[in-house]
Amino acid sequence: MSDYKIKTLVFVGLSLSFLIYSGWIYFHEEPESHPASRAAIMGKQVWQEKNCGSCHQLYGLGGHLGPDLTNVIDSKPEGYIRAILTAGTPVMPNFHLTEKEKDNLIEFFKYTNTTGTSSPKSFTLHTDGTISK
Amino acid sequence: MAQSPNSNNYPARFITVGLVLLSSALLFGLLAALQYITPGWGRDQFSFAKIRPLHVSSAVFWIIIGAMGAVLAFFREHNEKELKNKNLIKLQFYLFTAASGAILISYFFGIFSGREYWEFHPLFAIPIAIGWILFIINFTTNHLKLKGAPVYVWMWFTGAVFFLFTYLESNLWLIPGVRNHLVKDMTIQWKSYGAMVGAWNQLIYGSSIYLMDKIAGNKKYSHSPMAFGLYFLGLFNLMFNWGHHIYTLPAHAAIQYIAYIVSMTELFIFGRIIYTWRSSVDFARKNIHKRSYQLLVSADIWVFLTLGLAIAMSVPVLNLYMHGTHVIVGHTMGATIGINSFLLLAFAYDIIGSSGKVMAKNKKLIDRGIILANVSLFVFWITLIIAGFLKAFWQMSDTTEPFGAMMVRLQPWFTTFYIAGVGLATGFTMIIYPLLRKQWVNRFGNTDYTKSATYTNLVTEDASEEYQA
Repeated sequence: MSDYKIKTLVFVGLSLSFLIYSGWIYFHEEPESHPASRAAIMGKQVWQEKNCGSCHQLYGLGGHLGPDLTNVIDSKPEGYIRAILTAGTPVMPNFHLTEKEKDNLIEFFKYTNTTGTSSPKSFTLHTDGTISK
Repeated sequence: MAQSPNSNNYPARFITVGLVLLSSALLFGLLAALQYITPGWGRDQFSFAKIRPLHVSSAVFWIIIGAMGAVLAFFREHNEKELKNKNLIKLQFYLFTAASGAILISYFFGIFSGREYWEFHPLFAIPIAIGWILFIINFTTNHLKLKGAPVYVWMWFTGAVFFLFTYLESNLWLIPGVRNHLVKDMTIQWKSYGAMVGAWNQLIYGSSIYLMDKIAGNKKYSHSPMAFGLYFLGLFNLMFNWGHHIYTLPAHAAIQYIAYIVSMTELFIFGRIIYTWRSSVDFARKNIHKRSYQLLVSADIWVFLTLGLAIAMSVPVLNLYMHGTHVIVGHTMGATIGINSFLLLAFAYDIIGSSGKVMAKNKKLIDRGIILANVSLFVFWITLIIAGFLKAFWQMSDTTEPFGAMMVRLQPWFTTFYIAGVGLATGFTMIIYPLLRKQWVNRFGNTDYTKSATYTNLVTEDASEEYQA
């Protein structure tokens, strides 16, 4: 077999494996405990439109200027979260959200909380270098 | 193959627009970092939600537009034939230039998609996808022949195709079935981003191998079984190692195991390539190509520094400590500034800055700029890692210290990081300025590029310039 054919075969083989892996990622069911409600979906839209992820994180992914908010609904009272969404903080601007937008964002935080725990402390460390819940 | 002095040189134009975007990334980077040391500064007018995307998008567009320019220029040299489809290349250029400009303007008006990296409105995804398809057409219809081709041609082809795939994949969130499931959405998002970085690295690393061959004066390495073995290993990493971004996400456990096993060996591989190559190049030739060589060596150093961090991050247990901290920012800065930007600047100096009066006049400025940028980046990088470790201890401890108090405690590190950032921006400006000045003098893009298209001409031209200087 020629050198070119071997290279082509390796390339095609890797590409096919990648496509199969991608297909599995797209179509397998993630173990999310509750489906997102309509309000939570709208809340996610607000999260994106206001670019909240530039400062805040979900599961440790996002900006570093503000705290991770995956489980904020567990750690802070709803009234406290609503007050921050209403007035901002010395660092966070007031985004002038409507009451509906605030309600939806809070529903979104309730939903993110049901998907899992983001704190690194909640993981078990294994000697083979892997981690698990 | 002489080119008319007034004819358009689009590869050089891509590089020039890329350099303008790099300047924009530096400016907005400094403005964004200012908010770490003076919390609340410009909170309403220049909120972090606006400044961060201005910085990130400028940097990402510098990388991809610069990489496209380098690939088109080097591919033309490699083929020793003028590029065909001039109108399509022109259209590709204007699509990317207009889209990146419009995206930056849209951020000022608070228009976002809220996605990491691609924070712009999804409508802007259309010109970018069309522009990239044109890039693939322009690349593949310009005498592309994989049979018997050196490794860098395979890498350019791979980068071009896989970038489009991953870019389209990064827009799958527009489908409700993806968007409405947080874990699936985040998994696909970081799958696409991880592979996308691998794709643009194929374009950039491929170009660096081309440039190394050119400096070394032979193509022995780029046809070797070792080069192809390492390329396929890199491709394997591009496809399967992205899972290290989401070890803490409650996605399927197999993603963690696959990413961990595949791990991040590509940077190590690349470091080895440069190391082997460097020892084979004689001193005189290094000096003839001094500027590009200096920048390649700078990237070489950063490959090794980023390598250590990358390997550590691919181990889930260690990743757990670093995830969500400034260590990740340090790693990103090391990779995008230390490796990608230094390599792209090496290409820029080869493509538009290899000769001329402006370059000779600014010789000392460029030398000092390279040193200042490297030293500042090192301080910048170390400071971020220290700040990251302090945050990691906070995350892993049982302390009741609030997030805000922890951030105040990190202030001295953020201040050092900012000062280093000013040094870095100054160093980069000293490197970029002569290139932009030269382009300006040559009326933006009308450099006599093909005059230096062959290795022999480059040697003659540069040697003569060094002599005159």
